[in-house]
Amino acid sequence: MPDTPSHPPEHSELSEMDVRVRALESLLTEKGYVDPAALDRIVEAHEREIGPHIGARIVARAWVDPAFKQRLLADATAAARSLGHVSRVGSHLIAVENTPSVHNLVVCTLCSCYPWEVLGLPPVWYKSAPYRSRAVIDPRGVLAEFGLTLPPETAIRVWDSTAETRFLVVPMRPAGTEGWSEDRLAALVTRDSMVGTGLPKSPAEAA
Amino acid sequence: MTNSIHDMGGMHGFGRIAPEADEPVFHDRWEGRVLALQRAMGYTRLWTIDGGRASLEALPPLVYLASSYYERWLYGLENRLVQHALVDADELAAGRALRPGVRLNRKLTAADVENVLTRGDYARPAAAPPRFRVGERVRTRNINPPTHTRLPRYARGKLGTIEAVRGCHVFPDSAALGHGENPQWLYTVVFSGRELWGEEADPTLSVSIEAFEPYLVAA
Repeated sequence: MPDTPSHPPEHSELSEMDVRVRALESLLTEKGYVDPAALDRIVEAHEREIGPHIGARIVARAWVDPAFKQRLLADATAAARSLGHVSRVGSHLIAVENTPSVHNLVVCTLCSCYPWEVLGLPPVWYKSAPYRSRAVIDPRGVLAEFGLTLPPETAIRVWDSTAETRFLVVPMRPAGTEGWSEDRLAALVTRDSMVGTGLPKSPAEAA
Repeated sequence: MTNSIHDMGGMHGFGRIAPEADEPVFHDRWEGRVLALQRAMGYTRLWTIDGGRASLEALPPLVYLASSYYERWLYGLENRLVQHALVDADELAAGRALRPGVRLNRKLTAADVENVLTRGDYARPAAAPPRFRVGERVRTRNINPPTHTRLPRYARGKLGTIEAVRGCHVFPDSAALGHGENPQWLYTVVFSGRELWGEEADPTLSVSIEAFEPYLVAA
């Protein structure tokens, strides 16, 4: 160990966590339970490969291909797997469609269940007590904090992910995108629009 | 545990949502390592995903609330490792192995990682046809088991409608206890906001849960 501390004297809780996790990893490696190369690969996949761009491609295809959308709404796992560039979709994925009369919102009140294969790991707010507690009782208040105010007559449907089924919201296609390519449309599809806490970008916002 | 702090639906007082612009996948290196350790140890099949959830729910409420998400994962993993006699408490304290490891049936290698990057399939063959049909009215049971369940408190004893039959799935209440998969039919059950929250609730609100057949009775 060096003589001088590697952290400032008032070092944070996070650096203590870093030390603790490094110790656990070396303990489990010494015990022969984990392979650090496998851990590296898991981290790399989550940092570089798995993210909301995957879900955005699925939504964009649904916007341009009505037959695909029907298949997606009937069996999202099978439909997503049929897209050659979406390889890692697990079982029990369910797509729910926003319409002018119904807006869908996804939550996991009990933990953090989230369709991470198509959206990436959930953001901190999704796993936080404020979101988990309020989404089911005060969804309009929650949406307002995301800057989203829906017409009062739009019904809100909240999906609590209490089993191994996972929900992907298919938002409505923005106006003014007639004739757009799938790639261009995918760039409008935000993560939050596929959770229900946001809407896709408008053409003006994407410009 | 069931009636524990993790069951947050409908609670007040936690404040505003705080979305973070351009949030990184991990805020610190250790978070990614905890996720990876969790996945790698899950691959050993020494416990189930529900056993993992139960270990988080068993954290003392004040620890649960004061901890970040990945801190909870770490504490739950450490507790599970000790409970399954994979490591001893003195080794956790020392931060190194004091004894040889036990032999595992499965160990995750880098080449196998692709397999843990796709979620598993929890559907299982059914022993009997589903008891409820789409459109049927059901009431959730008022259960309060001291062990793991996926029926949230806010949706117990409530009148709802079967909206979809999702197949026959591993039953978390059994799997978390190590009592086997005990597959049960899984339904999407939808409730009106007023059924859940009373007459003053938003009349345009409906909320669904994914409910296993043992949680339901015909209404």
